Amino acid sequence: MNAESISTQEPAGVFRVTRDGPEGGPGGGGALHGHETRAPGSIGLWAFMGVATSLFSLFLVAYAMRMDSPDWHRVALPWQAWLSTALLVSASVAMHLATRAAREGRMEYARMALRLGGVGAAAFVASQLWAWQALYALHVVPANNPAGSFFYLLTAMHGLHVLGGLVGFAFVAVDRGSGPRTVRRIGLCARYWHFLLAVWVVLLGALGWLTPEIVRYICGTD
Amino acid sequence: MAYADDAHHGPQSFWTRYVWSQDHKVIAVQYTIIAILVGLVGVALSNLMRLQLGFPGKFDFIDANRYYQFVTMHGMIMVIYLLTALFLGGFGNYLIPLMVGARDMVFPFLNMLSFWVYFLSVIVLLSSFFVPGGPTGAGWTLYPPQAILPGTPGYDWGIILMLVSLVIFIVAATMGGLNYVTTVLQARTEGMTLLRMPLAVWGIFMATILALLAFPALFVSGVMMLLDRTLGTSFFMPAMVSMGQQLDYKGGSPLLFQHLFWFFGHPEVYIVALPAFGIVSDLVSVHSRKSIFGYRTMVWAILAIGVLSMVVWAHHMFVSGMNPYFGFFFATTTLIIAVPTAIKVYNWVITLWRGDIHFTVPMLFAIAFISTFVIGGLTGLFLGNVSVDIPLSNTYFVVAHFHMVMGVSPILVVFGGIYHWYPKVTGRMLNDTLGQVHFWITFIGTYAIFFPMHYLGVLGMPRRYYAYDNYSFIPESAHTMNMYISIAAFVVAAAQLLFVFNLAWSLRRGRAAGSNPWRAASLEWQTPQTPPEHGNWGPHLPVVYRWAYAYSVPDAPEDFIAQNAPPEAGGHEPEPHASQGVVA
Repeated sequence: MNAESISTQEPAGVFRVTRDGPEGGPGGGGALHGHETRAPGSIGLWAFMGVATSLFSLFLVAYAMRMDSPDWHRVALPWQAWLSTALLVSASVAMHLATRAAREGRMEYARMALRLGGVGAAAFVASQLWAWQALYALHVVPANNPAGSFFYLLTAMHGLHVLGGLVGFAFVAVDRGSGPRTVRRIGLCARYWHFLLAVWVVLLGALGWLTPEIVRYICGTD
Repeated sequence: MAYADDAHHGPQSFWTRYVWSQDHKVIAVQYTIIAILVGLVGVALSNLMRLQLGFPGKFDFIDANRYYQFVTMHGMIMVIYLLTALFLGGFGNYLIPLMVGARDMVFPFLNMLSFWVYFLSVIVLLSSFFVPGGPTGAGWTLYPPQAILPGTPGYDWGIILMLVSLVIFIVAATMGGLNYVTTVLQARTEGMTLLRMPLAVWGIFMATILALLAFPALFVSGVMMLLDRTLGTSFFMPAMVSMGQQLDYKGGSPLLFQHLFWFFGHPEVYIVALPAFGIVSDLVSVHSRKSIFGYRTMVWAILAIGVLSMVVWAHHMFVSGMNPYFGFFFATTTLIIAVPTAIKVYNWVITLWRGDIHFTVPMLFAIAFISTFVIGGLTGLFLGNVSVDIPLSNTYFVVAHFHMVMGVSPILVVFGGIYHWYPKVTGRMLNDTLGQVHFWITFIGTYAIFFPMHYLGVLGMPRRYYAYDNYSFIPESAHTMNMYISIAAFVVAAAQLLFVFNLAWSLRRGRAAGSNPWRAASLEWQTPQTPPEHGNWGPHLPVVYRWAYAYSVPDAPEDFIAQNAPPEAGGHEPEPHASQGVVA
């Protein structure tokens, strides 16, 4: 039990440990080794989502604190923000379908849905740039009004996280396999897409509806 | 299930083995070398400051601008690019996989990337010495509005490079941090439960979590200040007149920057302190041949300190002014941190009590740490109280406090750790005589430098000043004291060259160490080869049956029992443990 076999294509150095026995060997107690249930990538992604959550929370706190000053002028959301939202929702749905199909072994369908999810996210970024252009045409430049500065800053930060996701997506998109590893990777993509959507919805809510009055009410400073 | 994917090859050529290496041990050494090199720059800068303070006006090339640039770069280099990088990137990388019985970090490629991105951040930082206007002189806290306005040295290019470098560093630290956390959670070998991990791993693990949660605050403030500087946004910049001109900035909040900065800045103290706590626990136990006292309370104390450190940041801002209720809250949380910290100090002392203490160089550094940390911690109790902090905050008392508690203390542990693990990294011992000389000069020197600063502070001597001419309340004796401190600083700095020489000399000439020169029980000393090969453990991963502190077990043939010795050897952890049932 608990055999570790090591591939020996190259004498020193290469190691590829496989565990094919169940847990519970001497001293094991079964209280360790997440390998069986969760790949490192999964924990790694949760940890990264924690970092990103911390990052966006702090940006939002800064946004709310800066709002409480007399030079704050609200910026109306450009209509492209809704297009972006719709695109990101569809991308997230597509990713969800891809995961489900992959788990059921329907890899052709999974790969198609995965690609749709990627295209949806790319289209989201394009739509966000369009929104920037629309605002810019209305003379909302980054420097003239803090509300505008924050709009550009928060959407840019979120957009960078989408682009980072697309880099990860590219690795999964070229994965032609159908084994558990591929299925897991598609699942990780989907989870990150849902996370990006959740962050965007919170940002959209803050950009669109958070007002100095609400901030003052929450902080008890009115 | 595949543990490591196919991309994880053993190194083939010089380039893949030592440069673009994905082996955690090589990356650890790379991180350590770069951190020590940039740390030497930091030491040199501190000596340049001391030249001015000890011998004011004698050195023409140190004008006020230069002085502030030295102060700023010294602080930032020491806190971020030396201590953070060395504890997490150096010790974390080397020790985590070896101590938990893993073959490598779980994401080796990301790990390599982490080092090179860190290296890039160092290059960007140091390049600011060579741009027009020189590096920023805004102070390591980079408070706006002064940081980006004319009048502060380096306001044109230096500050931009500093902020860019910090943002790059945070990317590197995040990539490394994801690795360390995931490796601790996922790659522990059989039997290595969380509550059997050596405290060094616990300290580094918790510090990494703090880094992952707190560095984003520096990222946010860095990016926003960068935009204020380059695009003219007003996140932090209020409406103001500078050099007789009304600026375009309006409505920004400098206080917002302070909150963000210290929301990072205080956890940062524990990002360098927690690994030091962990490493000291291990050094004290190994070199006094006693199991660590209160292992579980040590773990809980690390967790408690980690959590508390996120809710004390505004104690750095008492002088910025705040609602008295906030002041009360932050003073209270600050003082509460003393409880878990004191538990740790008691446990170290009780571990030493009646131990078979070996005054090896690592042990000397560990004991020295306890002493400097207690001194620095006690002055922390003074400064944690708002009413005491306000008069002392802008004096040398604070300089003395934070250097004792988060400058000298962690660096003593860095030295102790390097003397302790160098034999595993290289297979050779560091020269003991040089080590003793290095220790005594450094230890006595740190007291000679920083202890008198407490008196200067109580005397009211303001910190951050370039010169102290014509202040009637500063007596002549304070100037003499400053000269004496400067001389001590030069001697201590010179002693660090002995250390660097020792590192290089012992690499080839040092006494062969064997696999376990300290007769330590933790897993990293039980590798089949020393230095460990790529993959660390040969064909079979070790199986762990006990904690890392089985020393001087009665009736055992030796005075330590390795973590992976067969279960019959005894020496199990005192607390009931899930796997003991299996063993018995």
